[in-house]
Amino acid sequence: MVCDLCSKNVATVHLTEIINDQMRELHLCEACAREKGAEMEQHFGLQDMLAGLADLGEELGEEIGDQLRCEGCGMMYRDFRKIGRLGCGSCYEAFKKKLVLILRKIHGSTRHVGKIPARTNQNVSDKLRVQELKRKLQRSVEMEEFEEAARIRDEIRKLEKKQ
Amino acid sequence: MKINDLLNQTSEWLKGTGPNAEIILSTRIRLARNIENKPFSNWATKEQMKQVFDETLSRLSEVKTIKAGMILSLKELAALDRQFLVERHLMSKEHAMHPDFKGLLIGKDEVASVMINEEDHLRIQVLGSGFNLRKSWELADKLDDQLSEKITYAFSLELGYLTACPTNTGTGMRASVMAHLPALVMTKRIGKLLEAITKFGLTTRGLYGEGTEASGNIFQVSNSVTLGQSEEDTLEYLERFVKQLISHEENARRTLLTQQRAELEDRVWRAYGVLRAAHIITSNETIDLLSTVRLGVDLGIIKEIDRLAVNELFIATQPAHLQKMEGKELTPPERDVKRAAIIRARLGETRV
Ligand SMILES: [Zn+2]
Ligand SMILES: [Zn+2]
Repeated sequence: MVCDLCSKNVATVHLTEIINDQMRELHLCEACAREKGAEMEQHFGLQDMLAGLADLGEELGEEIGDQLRCEGCGMMYRDFRKIGRLGCGSCYEAFKKKLVLILRKIHGSTRHVGKIPARTNQNVSDKLRVQELKRKLQRSVEMEEFEEAARIRDEIRKLEKKQ
Repeated sequence: MKINDLLNQTSEWLKGTGPNAEIILSTRIRLARNIENKPFSNWATKEQMKQVFDETLSRLSEVKTIKAGMILSLKELAALDRQFLVERHLMSKEHAMHPDFKGLLIGKDEVASVMINEEDHLRIQVLGSGFNLRKSWELADKLDDQLSEKITYAFSLELGYLTACPTNTGTGMRASVMAHLPALVMTKRIGKLLEAITKFGLTTRGLYGEGTEASGNIFQVSNSVTLGQSEEDTLEYLERFVKQLISHEENARRTLLTQQRAELEDRVWRAYGVLRAAHIITSNETIDLLSTVRLGVDLGIIKEIDRLAVNELFIATQPAHLQKMEGKELTPPERDVKRAAIIRARLGETRV
């Protein structure tokens, strides 16, 4: 079997990929597979969970980061490197320089998109609040909790009037 | 409600109902949450852990969804009871291992549960039958809302929910399905699909979580990205992939039925025969045979038992369940005898 991409080399790697909801099989030679693999990683920002973390430490020249310390819980960055778990929420700020790289490597992003808790000390804009409430409104309707839905709708109106 | 009451009820996820239940056993949503300004469990002192434990228990006991169920302090439970809860998928193995200041809240029907002081202060779980990501998410989302009215979470607008492990940062959501894929295994197509799963930012595991081998042809597929993607988008992405997985398994089942019918029937009836006749049987052999029998039931080859009966055996034959039913601890050889007896009783013994 020859490679689907270059049609020259023998296909030794067999992949399944989804494009527009269709799963299709790809038979590639090693060189094309490597290229394809890199392309997919970029596209989906996917990584092998924690596997990347340890290696990343080496790449970054750890000695400098190791001295970072979280005032919230006393954890040093080198502690995190050892146990792979952070000490508290403030660690994210204290180790930010390093963590940003790790988060990007794991998730392909460093920016939260999604749910916002009702109670938070963060400064949530009315626009974001409305967006979150609309999501809840839809959920209430789907769960057929109409009283709840009416309450949320009123809340949305109140916020929108303010804007 | 007491732990032993669970022995007499079927976990929701084993009921064999819900969309695509012939292939997707269950759907799970797990949310990782932490309390603001408290060190995460792994880094906390005993005193700090106790504080989190007491505070959350008192606040969460008032939440409707879990109120009617059970609130457990793991330290007060026997090791066997803890293992029993792991087998029922109500908590993780890691949670059971070091029980100090760890808690578990369980909703009445075992659909919702909350682990306290696992790796994160709170691990909210919703576990439903069949393929139903949307519905499970709605329940988890709602329970999370109820909890967040009582507790201020560690959260930042930029990074989302702050978790102990950076692999959960953001939504803190892990959505997963447990898929029964015997035909893809029998037709040797599973390897390529598993490869595809990791290529697409999803991960697979065996029946009992992280690091376990897939046994009984049961595979867990879940998202691995939690940052930069909303919960809804993550679910949609996973859903599309699982739909593909389902149609591949369906195709493989059709292939077996049309092209290898005799071999398939032979395999199914032999598995059924061994289960009905054995007097000593290990847990691994049981799971493999039950998987084959379930395929036979799903394809209408075996009509005298239903899916629920097979599903219940998957869990009733687990070590802690066997011992709880027997009411005492059993050595592994004793368990193998007891296991065979339970299976014969439920499937109807064959007399030669
Ligand atoms: Zn090529
Ligand atoms: Zn910290």
